[in-house]
Amino acid sequence: MSLKEFRYRAEQIVVDPGLTYQQRRHNMALLAEELIEYPPLGEEAKQALDDRIICDLFEGHAPYRARYILPDYEKAFQQGSEFLELEPPTNLAEALNFLTILYSQVPSITGFPVYLGDVDRLLTPYITEISDQDLYQQLKLFWRAADRMLPDGFVHANLGPEDTKIGRMILRIERELKQVVPNLTLKYDPTVTTDELLLEAVQTVFAVGKPHFANHPMMVGDLGERYAVVSCYNSLKIGGGSHTLTRLNLKDTVVRHSGDTGEYLQRTLPHYVELTLQVMEARIKYLVEEARFFEHDFLAQEGLIELEKFSAMFGIFGLAEAVNLLLEREGRRVKYGQNEEANQLSYQITDRIAQILAERSLPYCQGNGGRAFFHSQSGIDLDIEVTAGTRIPYGEEPDLYEHISAVAPHHCKFQAGISDIFHFERPVVNNPQAIIDVIKGAFRQGMREFTFNLADGEFVRITGYLVRRSDLVKYEENKRSRYDSTVLGSNAVKNQGIFQRKRRVINNEQNPGVS
Amino acid sequence: MNKTQGLVNRIIPFSSVDGPGNRLVIFLQGCNMNCINCHNPHTIGVCNFCGLCTLKCPTKAIEIYSGEPPWINFDQSLCLNCDLCLQVCPVYSNPRSRWMEIDEAVKIIQQKADFLSGITVSGGEATLQIEFVRELFVAIKDDAQLSRLTTFIDTNGTAPIYKWESLLPVLDGAMVDLKALDVGAHQSLTGRVNELILETISFLHQEGKLYEVRLLIIPDYNSSEEQIEQTVEYLSQICPQTRIRLIPYRQHGVRSEADHLQQPDEELMERIKVRFFNGGFGDTVIT
Repeated sequence: MSLKEFRYRAEQIVVDPGLTYQQRRHNMALLAEELIEYPPLGEEAKQALDDRIICDLFEGHAPYRARYILPDYEKAFQQGSEFLELEPPTNLAEALNFLTILYSQVPSITGFPVYLGDVDRLLTPYITEISDQDLYQQLKLFWRAADRMLPDGFVHANLGPEDTKIGRMILRIERELKQVVPNLTLKYDPTVTTDELLLEAVQTVFAVGKPHFANHPMMVGDLGERYAVVSCYNSLKIGGGSHTLTRLNLKDTVVRHSGDTGEYLQRTLPHYVELTLQVMEARIKYLVEEARFFEHDFLAQEGLIELEKFSAMFGIFGLAEAVNLLLEREGRRVKYGQNEEANQLSYQITDRIAQILAERSLPYCQGNGGRAFFHSQSGIDLDIEVTAGTRIPYGEEPDLYEHISAVAPHHCKFQAGISDIFHFERPVVNNPQAIIDVIKGAFRQGMREFTFNLADGEFVRITGYLVRRSDLVKYEENKRSRYDSTVLGSNAVKNQGIFQRKRRVINNEQNPGVS
Repeated sequence: MNKTQGLVNRIIPFSSVDGPGNRLVIFLQGCNMNCINCHNPHTIGVCNFCGLCTLKCPTKAIEIYSGEPPWINFDQSLCLNCDLCLQVCPVYSNPRSRWMEIDEAVKIIQQKADFLSGITVSGGEATLQIEFVRELFVAIKDDAQLSRLTTFIDTNGTAPIYKWESLLPVLDGAMVDLKALDVGAHQSLTGRVNELILETISFLHQEGKLYEVRLLIIPDYNSSEEQIEQTVEYLSQICPQTRIRLIPYRQHGVRSEADHLQQPDEELMERIKVRFFNGGFGDTVIT
């Protein structure tokens, strides 16, 4: 970037009426980072990055913080923090105050922490001597502070799988406050989670479009008991995280491929997977060896994060288009999600990538045995005509049962998260048990995690984060929002046909047009 | 092996409006009422093999084979879902309905069972094929994988009590439609009196099998304050505290005879809901 261009872009940020003070400052920092040279890359990897076949999701040129950080809040509670001059909390007020302070110090790409903790497990030890009314009051203020101080849809808290007083109270508070932040995941374990808690959660989905539901036994199998779901459905280790999330546009790899499907799987796909891994490797090395993040950050110094629990996320998106294009070239006009042959090819592709990732070591990725985490990336606002992760394109989703059967075989491969969204019409609110049945059935079919979206609700699920419909309207009017994710949501609605998602009913009346 | 057959209009794997939880719904062909407001009129009749649909079908997906009795061959893979066959059918039947054996129905249910609270048999009028319904429910209760599923029926309530008695041992719940309490209104909507229906409601309630009473609301027919008042009063005598589903009449799918019927507005529906609520029907929903 020339000095002239830098000045111009800096000035654009400084005078942008659509940005709050914090947003301007954050954008200025991102701009400054662009002045630093990108970590050294081979020619081919650099070209693929420039062509946006590989996308680093605007993490910046010079990684000086890991992308996703999951501080071990439980450990922090036990030992306090020397850097922050905090003693271990002894009661609920102290614990909530401790967390509020610590949240302000967790690095990330957006500037806001992506993980607020498994709050029910964390806080339960502190509520033995407190009245329900007091507990409710304190939690509600805490929850409100999280939304106002961390106005970013990627900020994420976890609940479950146990049915706790705090878990239920937070769900109730969610329904009352109707906030975008925090994003929320309920860990579900069929042998632990009660139907009553599930019902509370489903009622909360009806009100605010969250929580997201995660298959606890499957997650524990891949990541161990101490994991959490953060940001846009990224499942990672507590006390660890992910250095980077770099994603490969599978559609573009097919566009650049010449030859048949067999050659794609043997040659082109592995080539681009390797280039993506090279970008990741360069970024990881810069973070660890140049920026020396894990030596300097107090979270690492105090053992609240440990390099050994980190890995890096290899993301894919545009699987649907990749499959459809490959088959189209062979004269087969069939679609992923609607056709068994297309579905089978999609499984072959994700199998092949998983196999390459398992064979290729990456530095500083001991958190996953020295290998990258596989992740189905749920898209960004700028994606046009390319579908998030391994999802079925909006409007092409088959019936719910076929939908789940088509996508479920992918889920076990993506340790670091995959998301599918199921859409329902309003009347289902009269029958929450129906949603509970779908949740249980989907997990029995091997789904790792998923989210529900209710047609015409105030809360709209974009990629993984939520925006409020009323905020989108306000943003369209005066181009300004307290939540930085509203801006992304507004772009996504324009670029991706979010509102074209297939709605699911119910009694499917025949429509013979009798006259 | 169970070879008992039912004439099935279609099967919907997931429904959230046909009883508690997520349910697979089997719609049986044929009904003994002929409601002017019917929104699925092509479940009413049973095919008389006149063959008009075979002439109209643009892809020749329907064929009729003569024999004793004759039978329809419908090729799903050719069907465009244009519904022309339904438009020309003079008896409000559906050539795509087909005879299905219990074993086949059970297989379909097994495939989706992970996602279900239960199954609901609807129509048409399911009790016209009560043998099939009973055999199906027995098969579900006897199947290790399916026995946790609840068995429900969605009915117009016209079956006589002895038929209900035969179904009770394998029936978990019933949703009964009541088009109007007032006999005159009922007759003008359905062509029948409602005596048997009210008996059914009362009987199923006593037996602990009445899950829901469904009341269709059509302005000028059954929505006057006086009628609603009487309905609340009557139902609180024969089935107090039962779940009530208020269904606003919708024009979607109905025949031209019903063009004059009005759709109720939300305000009216809410007013009626409050009335039921105050009459002791705490679980009253509008769909």
